[in-house]
Amino acid sequence: MQETFLAQQFVPLMFAGLFMLLLTGFPVAFGLAAVGLAFGFIGMEAGLFPANLFQALPSRIFGIMQNDTLLAIPFFTFMGIVLERSGMAEDLLETVGQVFGPLRGGLAIAVILVGALLAATTGVVAAAVISMGLISLPIMLRYGYSRVIATGTITASGTLAQAIPPSLVLIVLADQLGRSVGDMYAGALVPGLLLVALYILFIVVVAFVKPAMVPPLPPEARIYKEANGASGHRSLLVLVVLCAMAGFAWSRVHNAVLTPMLNRTLPAPGDEIVILSMTLASLLGLSLAIINRVTRMGLLSKLAEQVTFVLMPPLILIFLVLGTIFLGVATPTEGGAMGALGALILALGKRRINMSLLKQALENTAKLASFVLFILIGSTVFSFTFNAADGHIWVEHLFKGVPGGAWGFLIVVNILVFILGCFIDFFEIAFIIIPLLAPVAEKILPGLVPGMTADDAMIWFGVIIAMNLQTSFLTPPFGFALFYLRSVAAKFAYKDRITGATIPAVTTAEIYKGSIAFICLQLIMVAAVMIFPSLVTGGIEKVELLNKDQIMEQLQIPKSEEDIKQEAEDAKAAASAGTDAKPAEGKDDDPMKAVMEAAEKDQKK
Amino acid sequence: MTPFLSLSRVIDSISTFMGRATMWLILATTLISAGNAIVRKAFDMSSNGLLEIQWYLFAAVFMLGAGYGFLKNSHVRIDFISTRLTDRARNWVDVFGIVFVLFPFCVLMIILSWPVFMGAYNNGEMSQNAGGLIRWPAYLLVPVGFALLMMQGVSELIKRIAFLRGLIEDPIGGEAAKSDDQKQMEALEKVAAARLVGDK
Repeated sequence: MQETFLAQQFVPLMFAGLFMLLLTGFPVAFGLAAVGLAFGFIGMEAGLFPANLFQALPSRIFGIMQNDTLLAIPFFTFMGIVLERSGMAEDLLETVGQVFGPLRGGLAIAVILVGALLAATTGVVAAAVISMGLISLPIMLRYGYSRVIATGTITASGTLAQAIPPSLVLIVLADQLGRSVGDMYAGALVPGLLLVALYILFIVVVAFVKPAMVPPLPPEARIYKEANGASGHRSLLVLVVLCAMAGFAWSRVHNAVLTPMLNRTLPAPGDEIVILSMTLASLLGLSLAIINRVTRMGLLSKLAEQVTFVLMPPLILIFLVLGTIFLGVATPTEGGAMGALGALILALGKRRINMSLLKQALENTAKLASFVLFILIGSTVFSFTFNAADGHIWVEHLFKGVPGGAWGFLIVVNILVFILGCFIDFFEIAFIIIPLLAPVAEKILPGLVPGMTADDAMIWFGVIIAMNLQTSFLTPPFGFALFYLRSVAAKFAYKDRITGATIPAVTTAEIYKGSIAFICLQLIMVAAVMIFPSLVTGGIEKVELLNKDQIMEQLQIPKSEEDIKQEAEDAKAAASAGTDAKPAEGKDDDPMKAVMEAAEKDQKK
Repeated sequence: MTPFLSLSRVIDSISTFMGRATMWLILATTLISAGNAIVRKAFDMSSNGLLEIQWYLFAAVFMLGAGYGFLKNSHVRIDFISTRLTDRARNWVDVFGIVFVLFPFCVLMIILSWPVFMGAYNNGEMSQNAGGLIRWPAYLLVPVGFALLMMQGVSELIKRIAFLRGLIEDPIGGEAAKSDDQKQMEALEKVAAARLVGDK
């Protein structure tokens, strides 16, 4: 009698046990493992499981050790900490603040943009929020920003680290959903950038509706002024336009140049072209600024020069890392390693890193890696018993009762993740909740959107979860971003050093209130990604469609020997010519032709 | 209790040594991975040995560093209830946790993984990839890692009990057990306060 009760309620009892143990505050990794082990032994005693249940456990642990995807975690963490410690955030905030400051709402926009850039480079929420709280908040308060807008912008921009690639959450989610990290990054790129745009739009609207909440920087607060008193914005604008034009020009010829060079059979996907064009534009800007500095031509204003020197190196680094990943030149793991190396070189170049900083960065990386991987080991032990008890069937059954089918599932999962996110860390959600949901999602989701492949559906699911998890950093009472800002914002009224005015303390209520608007914006974005899956799948699906077209074309149009020879020679010439633009331009008229040629070259090999 | 506390200090210094030593492997594996990626693309050559050594080194970092992580209290806890408990209650939670959660977990993992290592060591198991590495060092990391973690568990247990008996300061709430993030945050709070107060 008792045993049948146990057999029926095994999975809920397991959850109850886990819940109780984790709430005591004992480390999550060990709690997970212990619940798995304890219930495993109970089940063995009760005859529910075979006695050799845990025999395969070591091989699972070795599987975690050999996991190439997870190897990206220390690389990206190390890269982020090195960049953070080399004072990148401070430089960026001061410079970008000067660029946008003179506009209404400009300081807030600068914070958002820097937040996005930090997200793509350091990926550390704490670091971004703390530096912005230390540097931008006092300036915003000094010139009369609304406290709610100021604190909200800072905490929300800090959390962008979660959703914009290359973020740790996306790596972990890709691993747990059994999909490639590269696809996950490609899928998250557009929604991440849209979220940044949404934040900026919000500030722009505030600037028009309630200009008093987001005043511009007064002229005396501008640092990089020219000798004649001009702000130097015009020169910056010219430089930006020039670089943008160069980038745009490259995006036009990208396929014609690179497709033969990489021996590709397909035109490049859109995200690759965007990333590479931006890299080239940034490189051009940097070289122009260097030439200007070295030759003392004085063509650029101080502002333009400062912006280029501060902004371009991290920008180029991140474009290169993401670019090589999207190009397929490097795996995400290799991309992370090269990013970490690049970060070290940048920090050395700026003379901002020494032995003690390097040790700190290594130690923090090692500790983060250890705790993350141990949560994974713990959850592996837990899922061992959980799967033996057919827990996934139980979870599936649970969602059968949800009205609305697949949409119902998606909405309930998001509400669940949102609520859990208020209380626990994203690593725990990703490692405990996601593996439970993944099999159900895999069954239900692919049928939801017509024409979506199973892989795309899971990437879409992952991006939705990542977007949702981002809000967990902002939701009171346990949003980490709020804590971080609280710790560095003024707790008592103080006298401002520049204006001499007394500035009242920033209250916790203000910080909480500030986050509300941005939580709404994030939830709008979660909903948008749910309603328009093409935001995520756009970049991935295109490749496959072209693939099919191309095969069709190759089948339908047989070519004569002569043609093939002629074109193969053309392609060779184009490839060997390399930087020579002329043959490339010629092919620009007909990208398909270039593609075919490359394909045939492949065949001849 | 004094001999126990000296034992705890010895364990702490071993764990610290292991943690500080293995963290350099992160730098090593970063350089190997980046170097391997560049060489692979530039000269079209690669070796499975170089690919495998990367995860050997990373596995060494997190397996051998687990004990150090426990010493530094960096294994994440769900603490929104425990922060409301008294210091004594929190230490009691850890005493029970170490004895009934951590120890059985470590013991079982050591028992399960040791034969795998011995088997691989005796028959000289190699990676199945061409040019791959010999396997037993990787297998050895698991029992050794869990042994180090368990050893640190002993040290933490001694400290918790010593506190409960009133012999030492609170090992969880005190300065020693603060996580790096907490320390950094406190340092930053001071910076922020200093900046804001200015010449007040």
